[in-house]
Amino acid sequence: MLSKRIIPCLDVRNGRLTKGVKFEGNVDIGDPVETARRYYEQGADEIVFYDITASHEDRGIFLDVVERVASEIFIPFSVGGGINTVEDMRAVLVAGAEKVSVNSGAVKNPDIISQGAAAFGSQAIVVGMDVKQVEKSETIPSGYEIVIHGGRKFMGMDAIEWAKTCEALGAGELCVNSIDADGTKDGYELTLTRMIADAVSIPVIASGGAGSPAHMYDAITKGGATAALIASIVHYGQYTIPDLKRQISDMGAKLRMVW
Amino acid sequence: MLAILDYKAGNQTSVRRALDHLGIPCAITADPAVIAGAHGVIFPGVGAAGQAMNELVTTGLDKVLKDQVQAGKPLLGICVGCQIMLDYSQENDTKALGIVPGECRLFNPAWTEEEDGRPIRVPHMGWNRIVQKRPCELLKGIEPEAEFYFVHSYYPAPPESYVIATCTYGEEFCAIHGGPGLWAVQFHPEKSGRPGLALLRNFYAYCKEASRA
Repeated sequence: MLSKRIIPCLDVRNGRLTKGVKFEGNVDIGDPVETARRYYEQGADEIVFYDITASHEDRGIFLDVVERVASEIFIPFSVGGGINTVEDMRAVLVAGAEKVSVNSGAVKNPDIISQGAAAFGSQAIVVGMDVKQVEKSETIPSGYEIVIHGGRKFMGMDAIEWAKTCEALGAGELCVNSIDADGTKDGYELTLTRMIADAVSIPVIASGGAGSPAHMYDAITKGGATAALIASIVHYGQYTIPDLKRQISDMGAKLRMVW
Repeated sequence: MLAILDYKAGNQTSVRRALDHLGIPCAITADPAVIAGAHGVIFPGVGAAGQAMNELVTTGLDKVLKDQVQAGKPLLGICVGCQIMLDYSQENDTKALGIVPGECRLFNPAWTEEEDGRPIRVPHMGWNRIVQKRPCELLKGIEPEAEFYFVHSYYPAPPESYVIATCTYGEEFCAIHGGPGLWAVQFHPEKSGRPGLALLRNFYAYCKEASRA
């Protein structure tokens, strides 16, 4: 039986691990390669790197991080942030990532999903979607709307419809990030996660809101997700990945326990 | 030295990185002389069967590979490499290499997950256990609880006598097929952490041993 995946997410700026995009000011919290290796050794099932670099020059530093990671960790990892063209995708895949995650780039230009899938295979294309809860309306029948720019810009697109579109265009996986839950540590947005997991037949990663092993257990059971993304609960030492995995496994979820 | 067959497969660099990490000498190559001189050949693969076969046939590497197998050179196929070692793949209705009998089939979406009875999601993406059906040098020293990283929509279906290990996703399918010196794994050992690296190390040890014999 397929194991549910636990996936730490690392935000990288200027080649360093930082606090997330949402936080004011960027605080250096370590070396991304070292951190990735530690999580790999501790049993992370996959790792996500998110480039929050602003300038073009810094992109080179980021790609260098990707290459170093690829030669030190031997589990899959994906890379997101600043992916707007097939060439952007190619650069991170050549640097050694298995998958590339496209978010606002796909909202603005959905064709990039089909182009990426044609060039690299669906398995390499993850679509990250940032979602906010809104009043149900004719345009947003589910009450969940696609947003970009960290939630500052509403796109007038229903999240469930967008998820189906991404699947039809050839996405291999969806990462559903609730902007409402993100950073709260109150748990994932289970209703949203479940609606999307039910609407598509590709794997769905739950993101935003992880504060405890129980939240993660809920995401991969009630939420219907095949993987749970985590960040601050492991970055600041509140839990280690083996702690989390043991507790979630004890609750009855099927996880990879030998690594 | 291990030759990693260069036919533009997406994971060939990942395989090289894993072998580099293990200190196993290797080269990504399409040169028949280099391949002939290697202790063993790794036949990687990511992507679609049709495209992979086109590339092999266009470059003549299909023949190189078959000749090496014929000559008894140890071979390890990975993912799409594992699939197109069979006679045929349903993906792109592809006539494949026919090194091992059997065909490669699309996961049946009517299969359901054991835990909640929902239809399986395709691709089968993530970590899963394998169950060993017959002895295999590749798995030496790897604990039975170990999991491997899979990402695929099609699975190999060789005759039962070739099945070395199976995996269950909705239903049981073949995860490793072949026989001594001619192996194919559906998962990605280069991305399966410690157990995957152990499998690659076992393959190299076998190749070196075989070349001495």
